[in-house]
Amino acid sequence: MAAVQGGLVDADEDKDIKTEASNDSWGNNNANDGRLLSPSPGSSASAGSNKSAAGASEEQQTLLAVLQFLRKNKLTESVEILRREAGLPEDSLEPKGAESSGAGSGGASGGVDLEGGDASSLLSRVTASSTAGAQAPTKGPIQSAAWLTDKLSHHSASCPTAKLTHSAGEDQPDVNVVLSAYSQQGDPALYEVYYSGLKRFIESVLDCHRAELSQVFYPLFVHMYLELVYNNHESEAKAFFEKFSGDQECYYEDDLRVLSSLTKKEHMRGNETLLDFRTSKFVLRISRDSYQLLKRHLQERQNNQIWNIIQEHLYIDIFDGMPRSKSQIDAMSGSLAGEAKREANKAKVYYGLLKEPEIELPLDDEDEEAENEEGKPKKKKPKKDSLGSKSKKQDPNAPSQNRIPLPELKDSDKLDKIMYMKEATKRIRLGPDNLPSICFYSFLNAYQGLTAVDFTDDSSLIAGGFADSTVRVWSVTPKKLRKVKSAADLNLIDKESDDVLERIMDEKTASESKILCGHSGPVYGISFSPDRNYLLSSSEDGTVRLWSLQTFTCLVGYKGHNYPVWDTQFSPHGYYFVSGGHDRVARLWATDHYQPLRMFSGHLADVTCTRFHPNSNYVATGSSDRTIRLWDVLNGNCVRIFTGHKGPIHALAFSPNGKFLASGATDGRVLLWDIGHGLMVGELKGHTDTIYSLRFSRDGEILASGSMDNTVRLWDATKAFDDLETDDFTAATGHIHLQDNSQELLLGTYMTKSTPVIHLHFTRRNLLLAAGAYNP
Amino acid sequence: MAEERRQKQCSVILPTESMKAMAESVGVGQLQEESCVAISEEVSYRIKEIAQDALKFMHHGKRRKLTTSDIDNALKLKNVEPLYGFQSQEFIPFRFASGGGRELHFYEEREVDLSDIINTPLPRVPLDVSLKAHWLSIEGVQPAIPENPPPAPKEQQKAESTEPLKVAKPGQEEEAAIQGKSQGATAADGKGKEKGLIRLKPRSTHELSVEQQLYYKEITEACVGSCEAKRAEALQSIATDPGLYQMLPRFSTFISEGVRVNVVQNNLALLIYLMRMVKALMDNPTLYLEKYLHELIPAVVTCIVSKQLCLRPDVDNHWALRDFAARLMAQSCKTFSTTTNNIQSRITKTFTKSWLDDKTQWTTRYGCIAGLAELGPDVIKTLILPRLTVEGARIKAVMEGPVVSNIDKIGADHVQSLLLKHCASVIAKIRPQPDNVEQYRTDYGYLGPMLCSHVMKARTQAALQAQQVNRTTLTITQPRPTLSVSQSGLSGSTGPRTPSIIKVPSSLTLMSPRPGTPSQPSPPATKYIVMATSAGTATTQQVITLSSSQSASPVTSTVPSATSTLQPLVKLESGSGPGLTGSRPLQKYIVVSLPSSASSSLEPKSSVIPTSISSTSLEAGMKMERSESPGASTQSPH
Repeated sequence: MAAVQGGLVDADEDKDIKTEASNDSWGNNNANDGRLLSPSPGSSASAGSNKSAAGASEEQQTLLAVLQFLRKNKLTESVEILRREAGLPEDSLEPKGAESSGAGSGGASGGVDLEGGDASSLLSRVTASSTAGAQAPTKGPIQSAAWLTDKLSHHSASCPTAKLTHSAGEDQPDVNVVLSAYSQQGDPALYEVYYSGLKRFIESVLDCHRAELSQVFYPLFVHMYLELVYNNHESEAKAFFEKFSGDQECYYEDDLRVLSSLTKKEHMRGNETLLDFRTSKFVLRISRDSYQLLKRHLQERQNNQIWNIIQEHLYIDIFDGMPRSKSQIDAMSGSLAGEAKREANKAKVYYGLLKEPEIELPLDDEDEEAENEEGKPKKKKPKKDSLGSKSKKQDPNAPSQNRIPLPELKDSDKLDKIMYMKEATKRIRLGPDNLPSICFYSFLNAYQGLTAVDFTDDSSLIAGGFADSTVRVWSVTPKKLRKVKSAADLNLIDKESDDVLERIMDEKTASESKILCGHSGPVYGISFSPDRNYLLSSSEDGTVRLWSLQTFTCLVGYKGHNYPVWDTQFSPHGYYFVSGGHDRVARLWATDHYQPLRMFSGHLADVTCTRFHPNSNYVATGSSDRTIRLWDVLNGNCVRIFTGHKGPIHALAFSPNGKFLASGATDGRVLLWDIGHGLMVGELKGHTDTIYSLRFSRDGEILASGSMDNTVRLWDATKAFDDLETDDFTAATGHIHLQDNSQELLLGTYMTKSTPVIHLHFTRRNLLLAAGAYNP
Repeated sequence: MAEERRQKQCSVILPTESMKAMAESVGVGQLQEESCVAISEEVSYRIKEIAQDALKFMHHGKRRKLTTSDIDNALKLKNVEPLYGFQSQEFIPFRFASGGGRELHFYEEREVDLSDIINTPLPRVPLDVSLKAHWLSIEGVQPAIPENPPPAPKEQQKAESTEPLKVAKPGQEEEAAIQGKSQGATAADGKGKEKGLIRLKPRSTHELSVEQQLYYKEITEACVGSCEAKRAEALQSIATDPGLYQMLPRFSTFISEGVRVNVVQNNLALLIYLMRMVKALMDNPTLYLEKYLHELIPAVVTCIVSKQLCLRPDVDNHWALRDFAARLMAQSCKTFSTTTNNIQSRITKTFTKSWLDDKTQWTTRYGCIAGLAELGPDVIKTLILPRLTVEGARIKAVMEGPVVSNIDKIGADHVQSLLLKHCASVIAKIRPQPDNVEQYRTDYGYLGPMLCSHVMKARTQAALQAQQVNRTTLTITQPRPTLSVSQSGLSGSTGPRTPSIIKVPSSLTLMSPRPGTPSQPSPPATKYIVMATSAGTATTQQVITLSSSQSASPVTSTVPSATSTLQPLVKLESGSGPGLTGSRPLQKYIVVSLPSSASSSLEPKSSVIPTSISSTSLEAGMKMERSESPGASTQSPH
């Protein structure tokens, strides 16, 4: 694989910084998205009241600095909003800005390697003033800075009433800091009264508001329970739990189970679920009317206990318009931290496909040579009779070709592309009346040990990862697997001969399958490189290994995760790969770097599956926190958060045109997402157990899903995406009406004989291959 | 319900005694109660935490079963050293013992003699992982090959027959697709129209392929033919083959027509053969007969109550056939009776009505009583016991009265022993001791004294059995890693089913719907021999849930309970579901216990029927247990 000279690693450094900095201003809830290594500047700020008295001038200065920074980054809209909110005159910016730019570049606050002048000056100012003042009472500047960013974030979402206090520094999982918020004492006996009072109120409100307000129950319940536990009211906590846990929505049962085992203050230390709950605000989407109703009620009753929790631990995203129905709410809720904020899904995503490089048919050799010399096949003028004519015009939604530096095509890659095109012409057009044939590969004698499967794109090789730490590769074509000869033997070969590639192979080693040993724990993820020269495997031992399929040896062990790595996948263009694991971080790697290029952090629980977008510019990750996130490879930003699953997500698939994403989870449902609009567009019910595999047919007409319930199901993807409801209102509010048409979309169900389906793959001609281990 | 469960979750904590025991085991003698409580809470919490982490590993391992390695990995995640030496891929066979009011679960660690290990030959190396391809579906249609499950699983058959109008069944789309294929474009159009309107129940097609027709012919000929060995093979095939769903209507018609003809001709042997076919169909775990009961039940009832079943009623043992058919009837009542079809009450009414009729002949009378008695002790109690006096008088009239025909005498004799047999055990349960002959005479009339002696016999038997039951044993034979490879062509993998003619040792040929060319080593057989009655069932259940995988429910042969005078051979056997490639011969041994006097050919001569459909040598792993209990429960807990 050709290295990318000065590739992503160097070229993007500048962009990195900019986006990191702008990250702050965008007030992403999880402000550390995409840069775990660099703690956010305000991390020392703790939760608490933000309205602490601070010098007004100081605050204003900070405000100005922020404005200046925003302007520099061409975020004029935000500047406007913020300025209006703060009541600053328009010209007040100019002189102050100039002044602030003179500040020295401190950067000491978080070790962020900042070069952008204004951003650093802002930060240095903040740190300087905070260190100058006495620690405790005069945290003003930091907090006001945090408050500002916060405010800004709300403004950008244009919901000015949602000015809930919100500290920016909560991402550091310091247990003591995190827990201290619970130290406030209320009368433990009254908790039940408060809760049931609220319950009565919500049950008594109008139907249209009830469903919305009911969302408050679960987060309130959890926080009240945790407060009781934290303050050592064990018996009250238990009674509280027993009394109200039955009221909670059934999809929270898993979390409640974790919660139920937690009865002591000591247990709260080091409990991940708890930390998740505390570090991230539970996001609720409530209509303005309903919210006012709740607020009035709580204020009338002087119910401060509940009001405090709502203020501190909940993020209420208020929208104007009709309250949502119960089914609409249920469709979107279920994740560990509530729904995604609307602004989290507003960023532009270039979901279009990259232009296919023009490759001539092998007939015209001269042209191809010329192309090689030029070295930039993509820039070549479009060829008239090319097979890849569909990509002549640049898709307006596609990223620019070199947004992410991609490896150049080698001769072998081009040959492969030609093969691909030839095969594509023989492809069967699928549809509801023309279902694919399914060929099932059963792993026999696997003794429950098969944990991962992958096929090569041309379906010539199949690899299996096993619980006994081995990786096995089979050839499913008559062509056997051969190793390259040893170095000594290679010396004897005539290197000038035409069939040198054939000669370097050692015939003696030919066999149908090869075993790759090297991991020291079950292999959970496996992925072939697009050129079939490499294989990636991720394991419980915390490493990702790169294997050569020429020598059948391990080439690199990528260390970094330290905890089990649940999944890994090569980019469709090779060279890059992504991995995700128990440490809640997804990492982007390049094969020739032993350290990750990007870390995608933000998930609140294990990253269970990872998928590359067909254009290699984005990575989707599914997690045990029951959310799906889409990350921009270029800058590491989280550009989409999809909530709606009720269980850990175990399967993801992008549609071939890059517009849609399908996800499958332990709840047995497949959800369909429109990436461009950031909306859920479909729900496919039918499976009765975890879905481990999803795949679109090559043309995207059929979605195949494979599950633990021993079935392969085929769904009509064309139809599912056709009757989309994409009017402006839906797009703006994200309130979808899903009709329950799973039965109409289901085209076929195919039972296997006690064989869970753990992998699916469409061949280039649209034959569906499925794989699983026979478990008698 | 859910609430209850959650409450439980919240409160489950290890007992403090365990803490004390563990403390003592590491040398800490005096542990205060308070510390015990604190420790047990902490330990419970940690265990739950680890279990939750272990679940994660199970999910990622794509398994449904939590294994010890998952726990190890979870411990590793917490940076705790895992437990070494618990590398069991399978379940850990906890054993249960109770006594002195205490229940104990323990893990049996036997002392192992080193020389034993050295001297035993090494087990065969487990087979290496291999890959096998087959067609799961060809252009939307699932081919009926052994690698695929039977076309219509039992649950679906059940759903179809019990809720015929329920829309959106799991396999519906599939069937529609099949129709579309077979009927071309019209069906596809029709399907399009259907949408929005009422969804019609899909027609199920019963067209048989040539192979299936051949198979049907062979099977039916063998079943009623003269060769007993061949018949055994055929019945075995009916009882185990997973792909008979399509042929079921034909079988059912065959049986009902066969009975109709042979009753007229008084052909006892053929009637017996046909009843054995019914039995085999019922035993087939993949078939759900509800839809065909309207044909089968009349046939069976005919065999129970017909006036004459054989040419020479004085010599031939048609009683055995009545008994056998009555048992079949009882079994189908138990399986298929619902509130909508009311089979049991309808059958009971029929029997009672003809029994009450004075003109009824002794043969029919016998059949009615047998049919009622097999329905269980409740029916006996409510319907038979009150009539014992009347019936006794009738028998007395025949036995002691003026000489009537020999046939009547034999009939009365049989009815008498039947009544004694069935009523004794029921009376033993409901009547308090002591058993007074005079009292019995006043209560039950002519039959009283005989009943009394039978009841006393039954009581001693029960006492004996009770002693046995106290010792609850659960023998679990561990799966042995003895697997055998069987080479074969992948004949079934490419096309629709290709039946082959298989030579069996007895040099007869049998058409089998599945290719007997297994290419899959048989799964390790796990056997549960449960020798226990009610007391042990709970435990059994527990252990089996722990251990049994999601494999198809095992075949159980439910042998109808026999009388106390007999020593029935009760056989429990669990064969796992049909193997992927059908290589695993479903060994099935049905031992029907019959009165020793029964000399009819009904009794299977060979209680062990060698299933040699597949050439795979497989140890049956069967164990025989002689159950002392009369009518010991023989249902497998599955």
